[in-house]
Amino acid sequence: MAEINTSGGGKGDKKVRAKKMSTKIDMTPMVDLGFLLITFFILTTTLSKPVVMELGMPDKDDIKPETQPIKESEAITVLLDKDNKIYWYQGADPKTAEVVSTDYSPKGIRQTLLQKKAAVGEKFVVLISATDESSYKNMIDILDEMAITDNRRYAIVGFGPAYKAAIKKGETATK
Amino acid sequence: MAHVKAKRHGVSLDMTAMCDVAFLLLTFFILTAKLRPDEAVQVTPPTSIAQTPIKDSEIITVTVASDGRIFMGADAQPVRMGMLDKIGEKKGITFTAAERDQFRIMENFGTPIANLKQLLNMESAERKAQGVQTGIPCDSVRNELGDWVLYARMFNPKQRIVIKADGEAQYKVVKNIIDALQTQNINNFNLITGQESRPVGSAKKKE
Repeated sequence: MAEINTSGGGKGDKKVRAKKMSTKIDMTPMVDLGFLLITFFILTTTLSKPVVMELGMPDKDDIKPETQPIKESEAITVLLDKDNKIYWYQGADPKTAEVVSTDYSPKGIRQTLLQKKAAVGEKFVVLISATDESSYKNMIDILDEMAITDNRRYAIVGFGPAYKAAIKKGETATK
Repeated sequence: MAHVKAKRHGVSLDMTAMCDVAFLLLTFFILTAKLRPDEAVQVTPPTSIAQTPIKDSEIITVTVASDGRIFMGADAQPVRMGMLDKIGEKKGITFTAAERDQFRIMENFGTPIANLKQLLNMESAERKAQGVQTGIPCDSVRNELGDWVLYARMFNPKQRIVIKADGEAQYKVVKNIIDALQTQNINNFNLITGQESRPVGSAKKKE
């Protein structure tokens, strides 16, 4: 590979000639290094490109008086529990409604949301509440599902004892 | 009959052009790459299909580690200096010039105000050690995060709040942060997530 000419002079030569060196350099290691660094930079730049999800919370002081009550048939409540569990039920009252357990897979909560949205239409509202043990990923996942199913009407609500009872009910129903 | 000997070709080829291309690309990637800021804690945010790229100026970043510790940082150095002075005034702590200088170059920090002086006097390598930065308190009893954000926004009210939380962090911590900041009338948050492709067959986004 390396192009260094070492052609010796003839045997009978008296004069010592300056050796003629080739001007070619072996570039293989240089190219190797170049591509190695390129690979490194490609991998580190494209993989870490963060994006942001916008989250607008309602103003606490500015509750509009003209808010309309939501019909039970148009709303579902989604509860995020520990260990990546989700429970949901129709309406806002867990006492009468059936509490269903589901998961974050595409066949889980997404199908429910799509079906309900198709049945109810634009007025469909989702109430989201999370237990203290649920992870941040769970919340992002459910907000993501809202974006995937193109659901603009949802609210994150605080966790109360009624929801706790609903989760209990859902747990016993699945057993 | 004499055999015709196949001429032996040298295996070397001219790599100059290839080398040129390689280094051209290398230069491009080095110049476009962004230096990762020196952060106090490593966080892996969850992924979402969100598309909005992150704004990288005029932001206040609140970082939540997987164990629930809260870190905070402002991107502009004048804001950092301003909020340090205000906090010092409020808590009756005076910071020396060297300490202020350290704070100015700190990307983010996560310690109660009482331990801040101690943190600033450490070497930057020591700060990342286990158990040194215990997180900024943010609950109804001691809402120091709220104070920091309040003073940071005093210097530039246009700053947006960016929450960068680990996927494994408890939702409760993020909820506390949001609650604490909502008392200051901050209602819009940017949640940093990783990128994820939109699933096939999902509803199209309406413009």
